Amino acid sequence: MSPLVLTLIKGAIALNVALVVAAALVYLERRISAWMQYRIGPNRVGPFGLLQPLADVLKLYTKEDIVPYNASTPFHRLAPIISIAVALSVLCVIAPASYLLLDDGTKLFIAVAPNVNVGLLFYLALSSIGVYGIVLAGWSSNNKYSLLGGLRSSAQMISYELAMGLAAVAAVMVSGSLDMNQIIASQSGGRWNIWFQPLGFLIFLVASFAETNRAPFDLPEAEPELVGGYHTEYSGMKFGLFYLAEYANMFTASAVMTTLYLGGYDMPFLPTLLGLQEGTLPRVLFELAVFVGKVSVPLFLFIWVRWTLPRFRYDQLMNLGWRVLLPLGLANIVITGAIVFFVR
Amino acid sequence: MNVTTNTRAQRMTFWEKLYLPEIAKGLALTFKTMFKPKLTRQYPEERWEPLGSYRGRPVLVLEEDGERCVACGLCSRVCPALAIEVQAGETERDKERYPVKFEINMLRCIYCGLCEEVCPEEAIVMSKDYDIVFHSQEEAIFGKDKLLVPIARLQERLEYLRQYK
Ligand code: SF4
Ligand code: SF4
Repeated sequence: MSPLVLTLIKGAIALNVALVVAAALVYLERRISAWMQYRIGPNRVGPFGLLQPLADVLKLYTKEDIVPYNASTPFHRLAPIISIAVALSVLCVIAPASYLLLDDGTKLFIAVAPNVNVGLLFYLALSSIGVYGIVLAGWSSNNKYSLLGGLRSSAQMISYELAMGLAAVAAVMVSGSLDMNQIIASQSGGRWNIWFQPLGFLIFLVASFAETNRAPFDLPEAEPELVGGYHTEYSGMKFGLFYLAEYANMFTASAVMTTLYLGGYDMPFLPTLLGLQEGTLPRVLFELAVFVGKVSVPLFLFIWVRWTLPRFRYDQLMNLGWRVLLPLGLANIVITGAIVFFVR
Repeated sequence: MNVTTNTRAQRMTFWEKLYLPEIAKGLALTFKTMFKPKLTRQYPEERWEPLGSYRGRPVLVLEEDGERCVACGLCSRVCPALAIEVQAGETERDKERYPVKFEINMLRCIYCGLCEEVCPEEAIVMSKDYDIVFHSQEEAIFGKDKLLVPIARLQERLEYLRQYK
């Protein structure tokens, strides 16, 4: 099979997985939030309410698509497309498992785009393009609340992008590569970056919350003062796309966090104990399971934090970004640099 | 006078200013809550049984020998929502009058209970029914067929009225 066809197939699979994961996250979010509030949550559609996301999507599709009077129609249409496209395309650099050794000795990598030597940069770059979707949505809706939501979001993303980048730099210094597969390989055997970079992990985590517009950093869609924020004027499946993009972003942020700090698909001792050879199918499945297990930890954290913490005030948000996380990130780099320099 | 105090007790401690321990405390609380018993009532299967003091839809009391109502029309007069229509007729029974037609428009009724309060015969009382459903405006006008309820089922409310009215 030609590499192009192979990549397309892998891409299609990744796309579907991401959409299913996003749907599952919507369900889990509603269920977990309910439990945290002494409620039961959706349990009527299908067994345990598992088909609830399907019902939601069906409802969104049958809703009327309203474009406000005097809105800039092309941009109004474009904005959700940008949001979802960016959220999904980040997936291609994520490596959920290592590789499969084929009969002719070639390695079939599981990641859609394996061994991209700027993998992490690609993620950082694309995740900040996502802000265009939100800004355009806010601006083209011809609504002051949407506009304010869009503005807030761009300011927030730019501020936290910096802290996130700084945290990632320190992790990259420890791992010695920007390539996702290399980063995971450098952490093999339980030498996960989180043990060496606890502060960096914390900064990256907080910045990820801000990047994905999740509570307590969900100011762009702060209901009390901005109605629905940037998606106030969206209805039907266009709104659904924004919603989906938020959860897809959550998923990719968790996957990157897992790759950078939690050792990706690495699990010390167990594969050798079970006698799983590198490159065999059982090994790949095992790695996939490990990856899924690890990704679900930050994902649960995302949901957990949302239903625990109240939203920040805008000045608190900026204070935290510029006066706390940025200096901490810089200090983290200096310390990491010194240690790496003297130890290696 | 506008005095702001800044006593030691009001200032945040170092650990509180760091946020993180406080956040951890909050997270622990919500995590514990996840496993607590739920308060949700699964409505159609689990129904709530109101007390006698509950003001559900107004109904007419039906005794063994017919309805109590003497069609005086007071309830119709007092109803603030103009929901009740009564037409009187004559009967052979002791009380001589009975309602030929008694209708309550349930789209108009506001469950105020004034009809019950004003009725000299205690013939119209508030029941415990709270799930009132109809698919058209015509269906929403409840006639005598729906309004008459055997007295045995209204004992709790009548008891309540005797005690507190
Ligand atoms: S409860 Fe109030 S609104 Fe309803 S019928 Fe009686 S008086 Fe009218
Ligand atoms: S229900 Fe009571 S108030 Fe109304 S017409 Fe009958 S007797 Fe009179």
